[in-house]
Amino acid sequence: MRWKKYIPVYAVLGLAGLIMVLPVAMMLFNSIMGSQEIKEAYGAVLGEGAGKLSVRFLPVYPTLRPYVELLLDSPDFFVMFWNSVKQVFSVLIGQTVVGTMAAWAFARYEFAGRKPLFLMYMILMVMPFQVTMVSSYLVLSKLALLDTHLALILPGIFSTFPVFIMEKFFRAIPKEVFEAAKVDGAGEVTSFLWIGIPLGSPGIISALILNFLEYWNSVEAPMTFLKTKSKLPLSLYLPKITMDQMSVSFAASIVMMLPSVLGFLWGRDYLQKGIEASGLKE
Amino acid sequence: MAYLFLLPSLAGTSAFVLAPFADVIRRSFYKAVGNTFVGTANYRGVLENQAFQQAAANTVRFLCICLPLLLFLSFGAALMLYSLPAAKALFQTVFLLPMAVPVASLAVFWKIIFHGNGLLNEILELFRMKGRDWMGTDAAFWILVFSYIWKNMGYDVVLWIAALSGIGEEQYEAARVSGAGSFACFFYITLPQMKPGIVMIGILSFVNAFRVFREAYLIAGDYPHESIYMLQHLFNNWFTKLDIQKMSAAAVMMAFAVSMVLYLLEKWNGKHEI
Repeated sequence: MRWKKYIPVYAVLGLAGLIMVLPVAMMLFNSIMGSQEIKEAYGAVLGEGAGKLSVRFLPVYPTLRPYVELLLDSPDFFVMFWNSVKQVFSVLIGQTVVGTMAAWAFARYEFAGRKPLFLMYMILMVMPFQVTMVSSYLVLSKLALLDTHLALILPGIFSTFPVFIMEKFFRAIPKEVFEAAKVDGAGEVTSFLWIGIPLGSPGIISALILNFLEYWNSVEAPMTFLKTKSKLPLSLYLPKITMDQMSVSFAASIVMMLPSVLGFLWGRDYLQKGIEASGLKE
Repeated sequence: MAYLFLLPSLAGTSAFVLAPFADVIRRSFYKAVGNTFVGTANYRGVLENQAFQQAAANTVRFLCICLPLLLFLSFGAALMLYSLPAAKALFQTVFLLPMAVPVASLAVFWKIIFHGNGLLNEILELFRMKGRDWMGTDAAFWILVFSYIWKNMGYDVVLWIAALSGIGEEQYEAARVSGAGSFACFFYITLPQMKPGIVMIGILSFVNAFRVFREAYLIAGDYPHESIYMLQHLFNNWFTKLDIQKMSAAAVMMAFAVSMVLYLLEKWNGKHEI
C-alpha cells in the first residue's frame, strides 16, 4: 500500500494543524458558556479569588446569552465595531483606486525613474510602523488630523503593499490582449478600465484580503494617532473588557473574528495567490 | 501617461511619508527648541540610553531566534505538504487560519492560558510541577516566539510551496534515472534552488516579526516583562513623552538598519536588480 508510508507525515501535520485550530475552537466553545460557568472555569485568572481553574473544553450548559448580552447591552461594542468597519473599508476603497492606478503604471509602462521608484515602494513596504511613526505624527498634527478617523485612513490609502501585489498580477496579463485592444481603437484609459481591471481583478481581490486582515487588526496606528475612546477600533477595545464581562469578551472575540474568518474562507484561493505574489520579486 | 496613473499614489506617498521623513532626518540633527544644529548629539543620546540598548538587544535576540526557527519549521511543513498525495488544500487552509484570527481575540485567549492561575499551570499541576505567572517571567519571550510562529506559519508555508513548485518535475526524473536517491535529489536539486526563496521569505518574515508588538502590547501593556521590552515599546513610551528628538534619531537609525539588512540579503542572493 503506497499511502501507508505517508501515515507519519499525516500524523505530524495533523498535530501541527491541531495546534493551529485549537485556540480558535476553544474561543468558540467558551463563547457559548454562560457567565456563571465562565466564572467557575476562569474566575481565578482575572478575579481576586485564588480559586483554581477548572479545565473544560466543552461547555456543560451551552447558551447564547453572551451573544445576546453583547449585541443588546453593550453599546460600546457597537460603536467600536462600526469604527473598525468605517476605518477598514475607507482604507480598502482608497487603496483600490490609488493602488490599482499606481500598480498599472509600474506594470504596463516603461518610464524614466521606474526602477528607482519601484525600489522605493518596496523599501517603504518593508519598513516597520515605528520608522514612520514620528513623521506621520508630525504631518498629521500639521494637517490637524490627529484624533480623527482620517488620521488612520489617509496614510493607509497610500500604503505601498497593495501596489506591490497588484503589479504582479497586471504584469502577468499577456501583452497581445492590449495590442489587440489598441488596434480596435481603445485608448489608454479605456484599456485600463475595461481590460486591466477585469483581468487583474484576482490581484485586486488578493491585495484587498491581505489588507483587510492587516487593517482589521490595526493596533499601532490607532493607539498612536487616536485619543478619544469612542473613536478607537475594536482591536484596541477588546482586550480591555474586564472579568465581570468575561463571557461577553469571548463572544466579542468571536464576533470580531467572524468577518475575517469568513473573508478568509471565501477568499482562500485569492489569499494564497496574493501571498505567492508577495514572494515574487519581479 | 504612466506618470498620470502614478500621480495620485506618488503624491500621497510624498505628502504622508517621504516629505515628513525628510523633515525627521533634518530634525534628528537639531535641538528640540530653536534651530540649533547639534550634529550627532541626538544620536549619541539615543545610543547611550540604557532603555534603548536593552530594547535593541531584545529585538535583535527575538529576530535571531524566531526567524530561523520559523523558516526552518515552515520549510519542513511545506516539504511534507508538498509530498502529500491528498488533502493538501485542507492542510494549507488549516495552517493559514491563524492569519484570520484577530490579535485582540488571541490576546484574550493567551491571558487565560498563561496567567498565574491559568490553564497551563493547571495542567502542570496534574504532573505535580509548579507553575508561575508566565507573562511575568522570561517565558513571556517564548510565548511571543510561539505567537509569531503560530501566526506566520501558514503564510510561509504557502511561499515555500510556491518556491517548491517552481522546480520542474523533469529535473527529479532525470536525477532518478541517473540513480540519485531522494536525499541526493533534495540536497542537489531542491536546496540549491531555494536560495532566492529563502531571501524573499526571510524578508517578508522579518517584516512580519515587527508586528508581534501587537500581541506583546495587548497582552502585557506598555511595560511588559523586561525580556520582551522591544524597540516598539520604547518608541511608544518615547511617543507618550513626545520626545521627538530621540524618536527622530532612532527612526533614522532603524530605517538605516532595516535597509542594511535588505541590502545584505540581496547581496548574498547575488542579484542586485530588483
